[in-house]
Amino acid sequence: MQSAPVKKSRPDDFREAWMNIFRYIGKYKYMFFLTAALSAAASVLSLLGPYYISELTNLIQEGLDSAMDMDRIGEIGTLLIAMYLISGLFSFFENYMMATVSQRSAEMFRKDISRKLNRIPLHYFDRSSKGDVMSRVTNDVDTLGSSMNQCIGSLVTAVTTLVFALILMTLLNLVLTALSVAIAVAGFLIIKVIAKRTQRYFKSQQKNLGAMNGLVEEQYTGHTVVSLYAGQKKAAERFDKINEELGHSAFRSFFLGGISSHLSGLISNAGYVLVCVTGAVLYINGNTSLGVIVAFMIYVKLFTGAFNQISSAIVSMQSVAAAAERVFIFLGYEELPEETEKTDISGIKGLVKFDTVRFGYDPEHEIIHGFSAVIQPGQKVSIVGSTGAGKTTIINLLMRFYEVNSGEISIDDIPIREMTREQVRSLFGMVLQETWMFEGTLRENIVFNSTGVTDEKLDEVCAAVGLTHFVSSLPEGYETKIGDLDSMSAGQRQQIAIARAMVSDPKMIILDEATSSVDPLTEKMIKDATNRMMSGKTSFVIAHRLSTIIDADMIIVMEDGRIVQTGRHEELLSVKGAYKELFESQFDVAERG
Amino acid sequence: MGVFISVQVWFDLEIPGYMTRITVLLNSSGTAEEIMAEGLGMIGCSVGSVICSICGGCLAAYVASDFAKTLRKEQFSKVQSFSPEEMGKFNIYSLITRSTNDVTQVQNAVARTSQLIVKVPVMVYIALTKVATGSWEWTEVTAIGITAIIIVQSFMLFYVIPRYRKVQWFTDDMNRTVRESMSGVRSIRAFNAEDYQNAKADSANSELTENNLFASRLLAFTRPFNGVVQNILTVVIYLLGAGIILAAASPDEALTVFSNMVVFSSYVLYVVSSFILLAHVAMGLPRALVSAKRIRDVIDTEISVNTGTETSSGPEDPCISFRNVSFAYPNSSEDTVTGISFDVKHGETVAIIGQTGCGKTTLLNLIPRLYDATSGTVTVDGRDVREYDLDYLRSKIGFATQKPMLFSGTVRFNIGYGRDGCTDEEMMDAARVACIDEFLKSRDGLDTKVEHLGANLSGGQKQRISIARAICKKPEIYIFDDTFSALDYKTDMMVRRNIKKETSDATILIVSQRIVTVADADKIIVLSDGRIEAAGTHSELMQSCGLYREMAELQEFSGVMHRCRARP
Repeated sequence: MQSAPVKKSRPDDFREAWMNIFRYIGKYKYMFFLTAALSAAASVLSLLGPYYISELTNLIQEGLDSAMDMDRIGEIGTLLIAMYLISGLFSFFENYMMATVSQRSAEMFRKDISRKLNRIPLHYFDRSSKGDVMSRVTNDVDTLGSSMNQCIGSLVTAVTTLVFALILMTLLNLVLTALSVAIAVAGFLIIKVIAKRTQRYFKSQQKNLGAMNGLVEEQYTGHTVVSLYAGQKKAAERFDKINEELGHSAFRSFFLGGISSHLSGLISNAGYVLVCVTGAVLYINGNTSLGVIVAFMIYVKLFTGAFNQISSAIVSMQSVAAAAERVFIFLGYEELPEETEKTDISGIKGLVKFDTVRFGYDPEHEIIHGFSAVIQPGQKVSIVGSTGAGKTTIINLLMRFYEVNSGEISIDDIPIREMTREQVRSLFGMVLQETWMFEGTLRENIVFNSTGVTDEKLDEVCAAVGLTHFVSSLPEGYETKIGDLDSMSAGQRQQIAIARAMVSDPKMIILDEATSSVDPLTEKMIKDATNRMMSGKTSFVIAHRLSTIIDADMIIVMEDGRIVQTGRHEELLSVKGAYKELFESQFDVAERG
Repeated sequence: MGVFISVQVWFDLEIPGYMTRITVLLNSSGTAEEIMAEGLGMIGCSVGSVICSICGGCLAAYVASDFAKTLRKEQFSKVQSFSPEEMGKFNIYSLITRSTNDVTQVQNAVARTSQLIVKVPVMVYIALTKVATGSWEWTEVTAIGITAIIIVQSFMLFYVIPRYRKVQWFTDDMNRTVRESMSGVRSIRAFNAEDYQNAKADSANSELTENNLFASRLLAFTRPFNGVVQNILTVVIYLLGAGIILAAASPDEALTVFSNMVVFSSYVLYVVSSFILLAHVAMGLPRALVSAKRIRDVIDTEISVNTGTETSSGPEDPCISFRNVSFAYPNSSEDTVTGISFDVKHGETVAIIGQTGCGKTTLLNLIPRLYDATSGTVTVDGRDVREYDLDYLRSKIGFATQKPMLFSGTVRFNIGYGRDGCTDEEMMDAARVACIDEFLKSRDGLDTKVEHLGANLSGGQKQRISIARAICKKPEIYIFDDTFSALDYKTDMMVRRNIKKETSDATILIVSQRIVTVADADKIIVLSDGRIEAAGTHSELMQSCGLYREMAELQEFSGVMHRCRARP
């Protein structure tokens, strides 16, 4: 969360980022080259302009003394207008295509980032700030799209002009050309030094923007707690720190970026003067003609102008590189290995075996220490235990959200490692401890990914989880937009989550504290409904409320990542042990009352 | 900044003069020294120009970055003062876009245009004074050219602005889907719904791209257009000039026209290019204007819950009192709770129980004024909550929310969140009361790391840290909104006992679905469909309230329990 001090940029960051960009936009390679060609053509045409303008001037000047050659003047005028129009057309196409390439690339980037989210291991999400990833999709890609648009076109134009001018200069006078090139090289070196510093600030700007996004996301998500605990001041401290750094890096990058273009202006003017003076000396010594020097001066102007453009294009390219680097870092994050379907799971009965499973979210802290259990098809299993005993972790492993460190989980004697993740998950309907709603209608939230859900089915499921009254109270029934709807209670969210799992008609079901916020009456209703719908199907229930677990076929009592007891309710109660203790704590008050 | 820029423009305008003189010197075979002298003058001017423009640039960079900083700060502070109602109105994902992306748009526009806005009028003024010498025809043509540029520019603005409005909307959408995909990652994977989520992201993405494409393609037209106008204008001036010269009465007159023409065309270039710069300003503006509006919407929002002024308690008793309170959520025609009246005396524990969605959380939210009652009054310590200074009111209350919200950082940061300057001992003490001390000791104590939203902790651990946070605040009133739901019964009981023991004089309000959790409260309020169904102690309600008894029985208070008791 806290933004690290400005990292010293490696010299090849810039090049590497751009190499990556070129590789990435391979699809638009041809368009890209065409753009470059058009841009070159447009600039050659506009370079020819001054030549004809000077001829026009000469013709008119001649017309002062003698008869004016109006035909020729008309001809050149038409030619010039035609040339400018064509050049304008070319550069329009160039701009148009460049806009296309950069926006399409931005689209590709956004698409790949959102795809990527589905392929990275879960532990990434446990550790990273949502806001920062969001910043990559919006802020970084945005910078990328809009700056790329600007820099490529002007870079190509500038380089074309530079080359063109250089050729003409070489033809005219080698000494003067060498001088101009020397000045340009010196200029580039100076700009390179500045650019290296600028790059650092561009990078830290994008980075701080990400940090800012992260902070803001967290603060706004926790807004209620912030308000209740007067956390505004604490938030402001964190905020000010990042805001200060962000402001600082924005200032530096604007300022340094500006300096390099101003300096290149100075260098080109100095170059101009130097060429003039040297030219004059050459002329006085009789080494060259006046015409050559006058012509040369025009080209030097072009040459140095192009040099100016290149230096400002480089500034834009730097901000692109800084943004691209962050995007590529995200895209380069380790992915879940690809899997091919090797096993047929259509006939799965639901025999689930855990064989000495060991696991820890990080290697130093093993949480599950050799968990073994056999669950027969159709059994209803309850996992109980004090908080932090590892109940949810077992489910996470069964769903292959995480991979076991050692040991094996199998379904119908097929190790789940040998199925694809999708196959494993397709076997289960799952209700998670933390309910997740997305912005959309109630229907969308319940149906979610299932296909072919009829209204009757929807009604049936909603009745089963006790949502019927809620649905009818909504202004537009199933079509009501929900999401972060404040007026929806935690219990209602849980009911919707259960409905979602039921609609998907799974072979097995997992309920992880699925009814913890639901009242006992509704819970009873849901329990009956799930028992009915899941009869004959293996189910896993994690719950604290013992009414939920009492009729389980098998109760697994966990403590610190180990199974301490298994059995049915009556069996477990008849012996002194963890279960009896847990169970009796429930009546502690009632005994007194 | 204006000074720097004006001086810079002056320097810039001097430079062509030196160039001309150098050219003249070369033509009239001047000496190298003479040329050098002019050259030095020119370099002097460009050094002056560069110094001025660096200073101007520095100021512009400062203005832009500082302005952005202020905007971010102001917006953030404003949102911090929002009530949940305003949060819901804007949506979190949109507020996030506004805090960073929109501010960046404005910042870039300011950086790019603030110099130009000063520079362009100066340029135009200087150039116009020089152009005034030209003939009518030329001025007319120039005017036509400039008008064309202005018209095209205005058209563009007209079409581009709505597109950029959409671009920012869809940026919100993009933010939303990414945030959704991340917070729902387990659900999405559990349901193999990756493609479902991709489709949503794709639709936001393609809308975003299409609008961006439209806008940037339109802008792609304006730049070459302006260039073409500028170039053609020069040619036309020459052609017109040739005509005028042809029609000239005397050679002298013709010569004057000719030299005027050369001068005029160079200044026309200057005027037109200053208009083109103006067009560049205009091109940078549409998106920034849209963004500025979005930021202003946030800053100008009227807040529904405003602070009062009172910073002292009223006549004390009762501690909390609801008088005929009704509440309806914004945009909802139906009341969520209706006609609620009850009192909580100092030091009492009152529990609220009732069916899902009956308005328990809603009731609690009215006490610290997360929302204000639609009708009726809520008083704390004998004073209407609306009279209190908001911070003062909330400082009396330790509220553990239903969904435990933890901030990234350390456990120390989270437990000590509600009160400045609490010691480690106090925090560990709060942790002990909330039964999370053993866990912390097995990790890094108060330095145990908390990831974003407590992703590295179990549901029960998160709830206990949020309980410890409320306890550490040492408030007069504790509100626990179903905060024990992820705890096992044993821990639940221990935490409640600890709280009772440590905070004997505190007033406690508990919402729970568990009969055990509420059973030993001094008073239990049974809520049904937004109304109070019954109130009393556990044993009273077991007798008098059918709904309560039913809930208790379902939680096996009678059935199984007696069965197992029957065994020896």
